Amino acid sequence: MAAIPRTLGAIVTAPLTWIARAIDPPLRWWQRLTGLNGMAAVFLLPNLAIFGVFVLFPLVLNVVYSMTAGTNILLGDRSFVGLDQYQRLLTCEDYTQAITCREDMFWTAAGNTFFFVVLQVSMMILVSTITALILNRNIRGRGFFRAVFFFPVLLSPVVVGLIWRWILQRQGLLNLIMVNLGMEPEVWLNDRAYAFTATIGVSVWAHMGFYTLILLAGLQAIPKDLYEAAEMDGTPPARVFWRITLPLLGPNLAVVLVLALIRGVQIFDEVYVLTGGGPGTSTLYLTQYIYEVGFASILRNPGLAAAASILMGLVLVVLTLVQLGLSRRNEQRGSRQ
Amino acid sequence: MSAASRFVFRRRGHGNRWHWTDVVTWIWLIGGTVLMFGPALWLVASSFKGPAQLAEFPPTLLPYTQITAQVEGYDDPLPLFTVTQEDGSTTILAEIRRIGTSAQMVDPDTPSERIDVDIENRAPLREVGLATENYVEPLVTNDFLRFLWNSVFVTVMATLITLLTNSMAAFALSKYRFAGRDAVMLLIVATLMVPLSVILVPLYSVVNATGLLNSLWGVILPTVATPTGVFLLRQYMLTIPDELLEAARMDNASEWQIYWRIVLPLAAPALAVLAIFSVVWRWNDFLWPLIVLSRRETYTLQVGLNTYAGELNVQWHYILAMTVVTMIPVVLVFVFLQRFITTGIAGAGIK
Repeated sequence: MAAIPRTLGAIVTAPLTWIARAIDPPLRWWQRLTGLNGMAAVFLLPNLAIFGVFVLFPLVLNVVYSMTAGTNILLGDRSFVGLDQYQRLLTCEDYTQAITCREDMFWTAAGNTFFFVVLQVSMMILVSTITALILNRNIRGRGFFRAVFFFPVLLSPVVVGLIWRWILQRQGLLNLIMVNLGMEPEVWLNDRAYAFTATIGVSVWAHMGFYTLILLAGLQAIPKDLYEAAEMDGTPPARVFWRITLPLLGPNLAVVLVLALIRGVQIFDEVYVLTGGGPGTSTLYLTQYIYEVGFASILRNPGLAAAASILMGLVLVVLTLVQLGLSRRNEQRGSRQ
Repeated sequence: MSAASRFVFRRRGHGNRWHWTDVVTWIWLIGGTVLMFGPALWLVASSFKGPAQLAEFPPTLLPYTQITAQVEGYDDPLPLFTVTQEDGSTTILAEIRRIGTSAQMVDPDTPSERIDVDIENRAPLREVGLATENYVEPLVTNDFLRFLWNSVFVTVMATLITLLTNSMAAFALSKYRFAGRDAVMLLIVATLMVPLSVILVPLYSVVNATGLLNSLWGVILPTVATPTGVFLLRQYMLTIPDELLEAARMDNASEWQIYWRIVLPLAAPALAVLAIFSVVWRWNDFLWPLIVLSRRETYTLQVGLNTYAGELNVQWHYILAMTVVTMIPVVLVFVFLQRFITTGIAGAGIK
């Protein structure tokens, strides 16, 4: 049986090996010409070229776009308007009322995203911490249960959205349960509050396994002798949790917090499939706003979308810097131990 | 308690008594298992139901199919119904056609005489069975096969290119000392902060200018230079001893040969982890393909599914089946390779 994958592997790698052998002579010549530095350039070139064209250049271009107006995507056909787009995004008569803003959809989306992120991240941390604590216990089949909670993480956001849309629809599983419990069925996704709650619940369902794994790794890194010492002293379990487990899990919790914030701010795929931003604008979040303003709506405005994405990007940059700082501190702490 | 259940429910406590935390643990784990697998299983079960059954409320747990019978004088098999007569007795009749609220039916034993029945008085005769046509029909008639092929192409190509370019860059960044190495590393770290959702507009413009719009390469190329992949591989390659490379140089091996014949095989475990991640990432990608691909024949599975689900008249029986097919590769990865991913996440914190 093992011969079949090996043969298959050989079929795939044979042409690759052949190509690798064929490009060796020219590269050898190049190496003689330029030395090791020249070879370093050769090895870096493909990745950096793709990087440059599809990440770095667009990053600069984004700023240019955010200062132009027009519906055409070609830069030549766009007019320079300076900071007008930002002004349009950020002007409000009353900043507590999205409806009074010039770009009320942006403020609605930003407000929705804010409440979504706050609620979703707190739910996420609560649920994944409890799960990690439970999985860290001496239970039979820990590997199995760890895998169970990880399963939805691998599912595509579109599949996640469809799975839950199917459950929450009129003739869905949730209504079956409601009826069996003697309650009235609901059209869940037609209700603003229920739809908003559903986007939170579904995204927690889909991603909690990922954070659980990080927290579980943190829990398992806590030295066992601390617990043994506490047990010998007869410390009550609650005290052990608050004084040993939680402080030592702190760095991992911080990483999970920031990672969840970064992901939460960008939420799009599963919500777009689940509710499409509706009903009304009750589940319209920032990335969908950018997508619709930039691409989907008839009166599309790439400049406005670029400006909005830069504002969102600034939030993400701050969060990522915090995350990098945190993981560096964790690494140093790890190397000191 | 039997020996078996003692084995399964091994607890934290030292005595034989159940501590309340043990109860919470098992409620959480069993409830969690139902909640995590249940929705996907419900989808799979539903995907085998016919359109009529999908529209019913309350839904049944298992898929049923209508029982049909071949009746003399009719070419196609007719669906069977249990009909309640006025006197309360029931008979089994086959339906010829339905007109408004009444149905024209026929007794399979006496096919010559037709009976008009109010549809209130009949119930379909069904057995547990699978509506496999949900799977077969989209494959034959719709563009589903095309979407499937596009997704496979994007996933395989993007993963191969990711592995090649990322490992080359990681090799240079881990095994050479050259001016500007730290600057390149910093550049790569910096791009961690630039998720795709932040550069949608200019990236679209670049892809447009390079003529890759509505092409699968327009989906593939922007995703392959992942900073995460370069990081992961570089960390691993740092552990490969430099003496090995020096020895190969003594034997007149070229730098390319050192990379291809020595470093790549030694980095196989890290490459495997990156390959698994890349396959899952690219298979699941949605927002970027949604923007780049606007012609139906270029859609990937995820975009195609979204389009079908956004239609005015949602054909759930096809969508559910297609969703199940979309889930298959990921479920295979989950079953066979889950261990690699979980250790990858726990070790490097990547996703």
